[in-house]
Amino acid sequence: MSEAQEAPRMPDECGVPDPMPYMHPAMIKNYGAWDWHDRPQVGVLHHVAKSGDEVWTIKAGTQRQMDVYTIRNLCDIADEFADGHVRFTTRSNIEYTVSDEAKVQPLIDKLEGEGFPVGGTGNSVSMISHTQGWLHCDIPGTDASGVVKSLMDAMYHEFKHEEMPNRVKITTSCCQINCGGQGDIAINIQHTKPPIINHDLVANMCERPAVVARCPVAAIRPALVNGKPTLEVDEKKCICCGACFPPCPPMQINDPEHSKLAIWVGGKHSSTRSKPSFHKLVVAGIPNSAPRWPEATEVVLKILYAYKEGGRPWERMNEWIDRIGWPRFFEVTGLPFTKFHIEDWRGGRNALNASSHVHL
Amino acid sequence: MATKKLETPLLDQLESGPWPSFVTGLKKLADDEGKSYSPIMKSLLGQLEHSYETRKGFWKGGTVGVRGYGAGIIPRFSEVADKFPESSEFHTMRVMPPAGMHYNTKVLRELCDVWEEYGSGLIALHGQSGDIMMQGISSANVQPAFDAFNEMGFDLGGAGAGVRTSMSCVGAARCEQSCYDEAKAMRMVINNMLDDMHRPSLPYKFKAKFSGCANDCVNASHRSDFAVLGTWKDDIKVDQEEIKVKVAELGRKGFNDQVVNMCPTRALSLNDDDTLEIDNQSCVKCMHCINVCTKAMSVGDEKGVTILIGGKRTLKIGDLMGTVMVPFHKMDTEEDYEWLVELSENVLEFFADNALEHERTGEMIERIGLVNFLEGVGVDVDPNMVAHPRTSSYVRMDDWDEEVAKWNERKGTAAAE
Repeated sequence: MSEAQEAPRMPDECGVPDPMPYMHPAMIKNYGAWDWHDRPQVGVLHHVAKSGDEVWTIKAGTQRQMDVYTIRNLCDIADEFADGHVRFTTRSNIEYTVSDEAKVQPLIDKLEGEGFPVGGTGNSVSMISHTQGWLHCDIPGTDASGVVKSLMDAMYHEFKHEEMPNRVKITTSCCQINCGGQGDIAINIQHTKPPIINHDLVANMCERPAVVARCPVAAIRPALVNGKPTLEVDEKKCICCGACFPPCPPMQINDPEHSKLAIWVGGKHSSTRSKPSFHKLVVAGIPNSAPRWPEATEVVLKILYAYKEGGRPWERMNEWIDRIGWPRFFEVTGLPFTKFHIEDWRGGRNALNASSHVHL
Repeated sequence: MATKKLETPLLDQLESGPWPSFVTGLKKLADDEGKSYSPIMKSLLGQLEHSYETRKGFWKGGTVGVRGYGAGIIPRFSEVADKFPESSEFHTMRVMPPAGMHYNTKVLRELCDVWEEYGSGLIALHGQSGDIMMQGISSANVQPAFDAFNEMGFDLGGAGAGVRTSMSCVGAARCEQSCYDEAKAMRMVINNMLDDMHRPSLPYKFKAKFSGCANDCVNASHRSDFAVLGTWKDDIKVDQEEIKVKVAELGRKGFNDQVVNMCPTRALSLNDDDTLEIDNQSCVKCMHCINVCTKAMSVGDEKGVTILIGGKRTLKIGDLMGTVMVPFHKMDTEEDYEWLVELSENVLEFFADNALEHERTGEMIERIGLVNFLEGVGVDVDPNMVAHPRTSSYVRMDDWDEEVAKWNERKGTAAAE
């Protein structure tokens, strides 16, 4: 035994790393001094700096959840073809930047040859932003990674071509917390049954007042079952949102049969043209069909191709629908309009049509 | 000892098709005999296949951390560890990437080496908050893995009721539309909040995100409590000769349809000689015409930021979009960046002191009203903060004259500048 134990290592709270040591030299040199850009081909951005310097950025799709071999392979490609630098986009695409135009095509060929599709630029369908799912999350209703793989297989052409009216950002989420975010199309879990409660475990595992406070509709109340303190749910009030499940795992919300997928459209983060907007419900009750989710894929493609067909240049999904109107949206997509499409949450009246503007 | 061949008929179906398959990667790690992660990943694949069979997840949280920090590790313990024991502990480490997610291959390889030694060999680039998600590590290995990452200059990100990992767009590094130094602003703001990230004790999570213009490539407007968006105050820059080139390319009808008529404030008009007239005072800096005419049009010189407050997703009162709290602040000098840091600090402090448990910034503002929030953080009201003034007459306005005097005083100060 050592006499004087070494003091334990304490963290160096270094925070967000400085990107400069990792950045491509042409980006460092022209930082904040770019002039214009264009897109010479799908998957390639061409930026020209005020200094006259030019760079070409090649964007490729990845599976996001990557093994070290895949990452090292992407590094090998960067070392051989792209000056040893990469960056990632918020949608898990990888970007290689080169300052020599002659390097563009060999890099594209190499990436495609290694199975990484080049695309995702301009008015294409980019990679779906998504969450963890069954691989790692503690509350997942589905496996976003599998849904995404299935959908991206089906939309592969649309990733590699710029044929959409505007960019299409798609998201998936494994619960109604919606970690995937707003999307032109969003594929999210929607539970349809109240939680099934294991009353023997609630007292030990859950901070009951916090669980009661978390319910958006005040449907949870303290109860005594078999002499044990627990929680019960007013099933008439319950909206099956699953908010009680994360802080109280014995309130199981996930159900192989009754946890369904719902599809939403018209979410938009940017303030470009129209103000940012939330996505709106269009379809629910889609079965959670692992491992390939064919029913969800079919609906997504139906919406996507209706937009591709009917959208005018630069209209995002929400802007296309604003122009043609919801009646026409449901008509051209062949999707049903039900009482569930009418908002009854707080502020819901703002979602009603307070005018004589009707589409006939 | 040879482990028996794992059957994953459901997951195998995710290996077909042209998009890169995460399942193929998982299997490669599982089959990497001799590596410490191989048995873990065999077991993990077994559990994932079990999830695909039962359509249920089998992870539960817990308490795992590193010395000195109260966040940054997402503990995951298997609920089916009896069936899949080697992956019974499969925690995630959230590691903050360099701002803008730039890497050189040397540092990426070093990250892989550490994760190969201590973890599962599985890395998600990146999580929805912007973290490098190091997925799958045992409780015992968390500290040495963190020490190795930390020695490389990497730090853990946020989790729980604290400041979360942030994101900034590519911005000034490679985009002419960038209106401020996004990476610098992000690092200054976030690195000033590390105590509330590493030792979370806020009412609930707090997110800040940084986009260089209204295109908002990191989705700040809705996905952050404190959204910093680049903008500018002077005129859009136009190269009229390049406009003519664009008109020739799209045709007059095309140019009118795709550029002029899509302006949200009708600020554009194509002249008879194919030059473009711009009503700059009506322009809201939405970026559309600049996006379409990348060579002919560009952002102005008097650059700065607009700050939105209170964006968040559903839980608990419903979705909230961030709304304007600072219409414009120039971002030229070091003092401007320090102003931003101070403002973010005031907002965070007000949130910490005034939000209820599990209440986000936007929900707090919904409860107390924007005016009380603004007074708390020392920001004056501005007509840019509203879509329109109030429509309800049910309000007491006893001190109307005092408020008018304040407005006039501010107008006077602005005019004198």
